[in-house]
Amino acid sequence: MSTPDTQSPRPEAAEVRAEMLKAYPAKTRKKREKQILLNDPVAPPEIAANSRTIPGILTQRGCTYAGCRGVVIGPIHDILHITHGPIGCGFYSWLSRRNLVKPRNPGDTNYLQYCMSTDMQEDQIIFGGEKKLRAAIQEAYDIFKPKAISIYSTCPVGLIGDDVHAVAREMKEKLGINIFAFSCEGYKGVSQSAGHHIANNGVFKHMVGLDDTPTPHLYSINVLGEYNIGGDAWEIDALLRKCGIHVVATLSGDVTYDEICRCHTANLNVVMCHRSINYMAEMMETKFGIPWIKVNFIGAESSAKSLRKIAQYFDSQALKDRVEEVIAQEMAAIREEQERVKARCKGKLAALFVGGSRAHHYQDLFSDIGMETVSAGYEFAHRDDYEGRAVLPTIKIDADSRNIEELTIEADPTRFQPRKSEEEKAKLAADGFSFKDYDGMMRQMGKGSLVIDDISHHELEKLIELYKPDIVCSGIKDKFVVEKMGVPCKQLHSYDYAGPYAAFTGAANFYKEIDRMVNTKLWKLVTPPWKKNPQLDARLGVAPKKERAVLEEPKSFKRNAAAPSAESGE
Amino acid sequence: MKTLPLQGPGLDDDDLDEPQFHHAASTRNACKLCTPLGACLAFRGIEGCIPFLHGSQGCSTYIRRYLISHFREPIDIAASNFSEESAIFGGKSNFEAGIANVVKGYKPQMIGVATTCLSETIGEDMKRLFHEYLSKHWEEGHPEMVHVSTPSYTGTHIDGFHAAVRSVAQALAVGGERTRRVNLFPGMVSAADLRHLKEILRDFGLAYTLLPDYSESMDGPSWAEYQKLPEGGTPLDAIRALGSSQVSITFGRTLAGKAGAADDLEKKFSIPHRPLGLPIGIRESDAFFQLLETLSGRTTPRAHAQERGRFIDAMIDGHKYIAGKKAVLYGEEDMVIGLASFLCEIGVEPVVVASGGRSGALIASLRAAVPELPAACQVLSGVDFTDITDAATEAKPDFLLGNSKGYSLARKLKIPLVRVGFPIHDRVGAQRIVHLGYRGAQHLFDAVVNTLMEHKQENSHVGYSYL
Repeated sequence: MSTPDTQSPRPEAAEVRAEMLKAYPAKTRKKREKQILLNDPVAPPEIAANSRTIPGILTQRGCTYAGCRGVVIGPIHDILHITHGPIGCGFYSWLSRRNLVKPRNPGDTNYLQYCMSTDMQEDQIIFGGEKKLRAAIQEAYDIFKPKAISIYSTCPVGLIGDDVHAVAREMKEKLGINIFAFSCEGYKGVSQSAGHHIANNGVFKHMVGLDDTPTPHLYSINVLGEYNIGGDAWEIDALLRKCGIHVVATLSGDVTYDEICRCHTANLNVVMCHRSINYMAEMMETKFGIPWIKVNFIGAESSAKSLRKIAQYFDSQALKDRVEEVIAQEMAAIREEQERVKARCKGKLAALFVGGSRAHHYQDLFSDIGMETVSAGYEFAHRDDYEGRAVLPTIKIDADSRNIEELTIEADPTRFQPRKSEEEKAKLAADGFSFKDYDGMMRQMGKGSLVIDDISHHELEKLIELYKPDIVCSGIKDKFVVEKMGVPCKQLHSYDYAGPYAAFTGAANFYKEIDRMVNTKLWKLVTPPWKKNPQLDARLGVAPKKERAVLEEPKSFKRNAAAPSAESGE
Repeated sequence: MKTLPLQGPGLDDDDLDEPQFHHAASTRNACKLCTPLGACLAFRGIEGCIPFLHGSQGCSTYIRRYLISHFREPIDIAASNFSEESAIFGGKSNFEAGIANVVKGYKPQMIGVATTCLSETIGEDMKRLFHEYLSKHWEEGHPEMVHVSTPSYTGTHIDGFHAAVRSVAQALAVGGERTRRVNLFPGMVSAADLRHLKEILRDFGLAYTLLPDYSESMDGPSWAEYQKLPEGGTPLDAIRALGSSQVSITFGRTLAGKAGAADDLEKKFSIPHRPLGLPIGIRESDAFFQLLETLSGRTTPRAHAQERGRFIDAMIDGHKYIAGKKAVLYGEEDMVIGLASFLCEIGVEPVVVASGGRSGALIASLRAAVPELPAACQVLSGVDFTDITDAATEAKPDFLLGNSKGYSLARKLKIPLVRVGFPIHDRVGAQRIVHLGYRGAQHLFDAVVNTLMEHKQENSHVGYSYL
């Protein structure tokens, strides 16, 4: 299916869109019409992103707890995480994201191996769970003596009204370590995105700025929104180090508590995943005066661009020269692989439905090897991630977003220190440099490509049927759906347990992986030879029959029902 | 063994009839999953049935990703996608919209509705929701709708599994003229186990209803055409006919005394119930085959008798490699009872038998099933992997037998882990592991022996090539 001998003409995006919408009842169709759009890179149309998922439509989205505990705070490996709730939520977030970590010193405990849960039982639902939570914190402290303990609320906790924040304050006082809680119940918000915001607020309130030890490095940055899936953060870190750029903290891939506590000492924030961490970038700028820029270390060309942008910010010729040197070396090292794969993949089609930035970032990798993205969309992004930050003032705050606390941040009276003077900023701007710059996915995608927010199973099915893409990038929940349709599917949450794909070496890994997937001959085996040659059946006079045991067909027990009834055997 | 208090803060185990080992306030690395997961899997074992979670979409997403990582197959689980508003005012409109969309989108034969912590805590009146929905939307051919209550704060995934089976049988089974059909409630076993059970029943010439049966729906071939709800599963007509069968068989010794589908059928339609242990190993399988001989009036078909014979022969061949080895096993309660029985038969000594389940019946059922189980063997009920780690570290086993969640323990103890049960997400083929019957015993035996041989080979300074 994915590798037809003759490529059928590409369908018009408008037709595909109409075909997708056709099946829906009027109300659903009206909603989805605003989330399935024909792209115009010059003037992106308005997309109804970050709106509630329609019940009964299979979504890829997760919940607020998943976004908070699973994505943003989960990777911090030297604080102890306790899920307050029944067992499921804790269990499912136990090492199921591949945010790799390396404890800094031998003997340090990697708390990510532990999945601690208060495992609430009916009694606690009725009489309250605070007592058990308190006991769990005490116990965790007695055993591990961690630097900090973080608590996550699941659905029932909010409903029964356990005051997790009061328990956290009380135990913080009692034990003398940092203890804080997150009200990240699964029913809040429309997706995991609400959890990211809640997590950003908590990290900012309870960790950032606790340690003022200055960083000795001039070119010091934080990498925000990079979670070290499959070791990506390590690739980025190694690349930056080669250039002489020092990473104070990566939020929150392979990061320690201490690194977060002093990350406000860095001189620049570079943002990978805009969706999950733009709040943090904004708050750090307001409070400490650290500017932020958007970067993308996914793809060779994009990595080069991002390095140049950082060098331009620091405005040092030596750094700029070094960056060029490194880019030349890195590019040379992967060129052969890139050319080899490009020759085999050029012109093939990709579709990406994942995340809040990955569906955008990975288009750069595909373009490195000459592949075209015909359709893409996010699971949980907002309008600015599609249309660019320019639309921010026009985004309507709905009831779901209003439920998520928006912190009021002011400049720190003693520690606010603008890293660039207005003059320097003006000079950078004159040279084409822009801060807080995220133009979104749509401006980068081709005219007439199809942009689909929170894609449903039905739409994915239609998309595959009509576009016949050579590869779909998604997550584990869709992977096997897509592959049953005869199209390879690359998971971009877990990387199919491979990676890293960031920076230059990572890009080469990805090229190789995509080549393996889109050029496999396996799909040709799906249809057996006897199906391809129907004469065989006719000649032997055997009609192909479903391989189903006779005895379990409904008709068989009709036959049995007619048979004389037997007494129960003994 | 360290002396540990049996009760801990915040734990109320008074209503359980056996002591709980787990003493800690928190559960650290659980040896159990949540209740609705089991219900969703059971529902996918019914032909044309889509599971539907009434609650937050996160539950559906988490459960899907977990089942998928084990089966490596798609599983669609719909949800009513509660928002904060529904959590406060109730989920009626979400429920109705969700069901309507699923009916239209999937054209299912049945919708299996499981209630999550969220909808259970706010006290959704599901009977009323069903009634109100159906009074508006029911028409000829509307999918069947069955509800099972599965708050994750009571029980484990296994309880959700059995509860879903029971709800379905309760809702759909009708009486009728008695047939020779056999009802089999296998419990949560692998897809290959289900296929093997069907093969056995067919070979005995017995008509049967296996509920649930996800042998195809959760382990299907690559398709030429996409199927929204993968083929396979127990047909609804067969479930309706549960009430006219000659007998019901339920696997699972810890289920005795707890009302299940077969007990309801016995009460309502006077269908005799023959509870058995999960047929793992020779003795428990013998009991199953003997019952089938009685029910069918036939002797065990030659092919199966041969498999039994080959297994005994293999035990003779392999005994020297494993005799006296010690094992720690963990997983669902009925699974570990079967595995303990099997290990004792092949000459391996279970030193720790552990489960996150808290049926209160593990110790008694295990001792009854495996009288030769050494008294020193620690049987731990309602425990987590921290408890298992403590016990295992002390017991110095030669290998572990259980799901993927024991990997870090195996790594810590530098001993091999033989993967069985659920979940297995660090190997392929979990759904194809046969645990049941003589064939299952053979597969488990080969896996255990070969793992120990490999371990010996790998860790030897000599580098044996003949063993």
